[in-house]
Amino acid sequence: MPKIVVLVKFTPDLTSDRNFLPDGTVDRDATPGRLSELDEHAAEQALQVQESSPGSELVYLTMGPPGASDALRKALSMGGDAAVHVQDDALHGSDAFATSLVLAEAIKRIGFDLVLTGMASTDAGMGVVPALLAERLGVPQVTFAGKLSVSGDQVEILRDSDTSSETVTAQLPAVVSVTDRTGEARYPSFKGIMAAKKKPVQNWSLADLGIDPALVGLASARTAVLTTTRRPARSAGQVVKDDGDGGRTLADFLAAQRFI
Amino acid sequence: MPVVLVVVDAVDGSAPKPTLELLTLARRIGSPAAVVFGPAADQLVPVLGEYGATDVYLVPDPRVLEHLVVPKVDALEQIARQAGELAAVLLTASPEGKEIGARLALRLDSGFISDAVDVEAGEPGSDHAVIATQSVFAASWTVTSVVTAGVPVISVKPNATTPTPEPVEPAVHEVAVELSAAAEATTITDRTVRESSGRPELTEASIVVSGGRGLGDGQHFNLIEGLADQLGAAVGASRAAVDAGWYPHSNQVGQTGKTVSPQLYLAIGISGAIQHRAGMQTSKVIAAINKDPEAPIFDLADFGIVGDLFKVVPVLSEEITRRRG
Repeated sequence: MPKIVVLVKFTPDLTSDRNFLPDGTVDRDATPGRLSELDEHAAEQALQVQESSPGSELVYLTMGPPGASDALRKALSMGGDAAVHVQDDALHGSDAFATSLVLAEAIKRIGFDLVLTGMASTDAGMGVVPALLAERLGVPQVTFAGKLSVSGDQVEILRDSDTSSETVTAQLPAVVSVTDRTGEARYPSFKGIMAAKKKPVQNWSLADLGIDPALVGLASARTAVLTTTRRPARSAGQVVKDDGDGGRTLADFLAAQRFI
Repeated sequence: MPVVLVVVDAVDGSAPKPTLELLTLARRIGSPAAVVFGPAADQLVPVLGEYGATDVYLVPDPRVLEHLVVPKVDALEQIARQAGELAAVLLTASPEGKEIGARLALRLDSGFISDAVDVEAGEPGSDHAVIATQSVFAASWTVTSVVTAGVPVISVKPNATTPTPEPVEPAVHEVAVELSAAAEATTITDRTVRESSGRPELTEASIVVSGGRGLGDGQHFNLIEGLADQLGAAVGASRAAVDAGWYPHSNQVGQTGKTVSPQLYLAIGISGAIQHRAGMQTSKVIAAINKDPEAPIFDLADFGIVGDLFKVVPVLSEEITRRRG
């Protein structure tokens, strides 16, 4: 009966125009947000583990501004039992270290056998929070799973690196991150959407977690942004319609650029 | 001179190009000390010396390769604490490189910067020894940043610089790593090395030829491969092509695949969805072939052909052969 905690993040829509604030942090109010697409795969895998382990419990966890509760509701409409939203004004500008500190404390408070995450967020996209959580929680990190199976207290994954395919195993409790290769996430049903409205969502502050606000937020970050510069938009070049000669025209272009 | 630890991402006892790039970048900041893992580590000493490594730390313990990430973090922490004054730690920005870097930085109370596309020494006398440049939000912004606490740990993307030799005779140190409690918790029980295609590595190639949905069928990737081989290029694929099972995921270019930054990116039958653009729009020159004149790929292509790829590509191939006579 494993207890599963799924991490979800509310991220700016990928197709929107994204900007920075003067303090070098991401302007999260200017762009519409959503449940990070990559976290939907983690939710899907968690639901499959839950379905195959009767009596198991699935809790979503997010950290973020008030709007992040949208991501929790979306995830709850896919399935799962409850959610926790850590929000606190002091969290603004937290880096991966502060984020992993807060999430680790929240995970400990929820209690866990399996922590499931996406492979990275779709905004900052460092892909290191799962590894940092494993370090802080002192449990195995099992990351970048393209395929996942849990039996008893053992987790086994398949993952692809650049040069090889690997089978990786560990004992629970563990932190597991999954890639989009694990398969499509289910669409919320109407029944699921209605049920999600009744599922409990708890709000926790830093004080609830016993975390000193000085350890998180922009001031605690161990890196500082010096400059942010918008890259000049790539301007469209020449576009030619093929009338049988397109291949030759392209060859001319490549030759002029000294590629052939 | 302060030491810059360079983590070697060794494959089969040879040093990959990104490692030689790290050594070249490290020389801008201090004296490079390379760290090599695995029983075959000593084979790399000559090439690391050729690219300026004044010290080489060998970690031959096979357990380092049998478990994920943590044994390497243990070894690096141990070396970092004994290597003298450190200016930085540089790693390749592979998924594993970033995980190692982040866990190491946490243990060293340092800051961590991921996916740098350039690394420079700060102005002499300034607060910042090292300044990193990153390209973010699907490459629509360029950000420079510094680490403000501890030794900067920075993961650097391939192609950040051109590797240049600067031969030295390295001092070699063998390290007996003391593994932490969690080090052997995640075990690699099976590893199948993929057959090499003989083509350049996707993230390192100076030319990439990519195919997408427009190919209509997996077997049509032979057109892409043929053109790639003529150009000495790597083969890429869009997510649509990979999801359809036409080409391996390891060749996927885009947000959930590889980010490439070649001299030339040739997109064939790829519409250019944002997920794809995120992985290729820092390419120097972009050329595209697509039958849809409205395809977003044409908004960023330096040169585009609107037409049937099955007609355009063979003509292009013939033309390349003819010009090379």
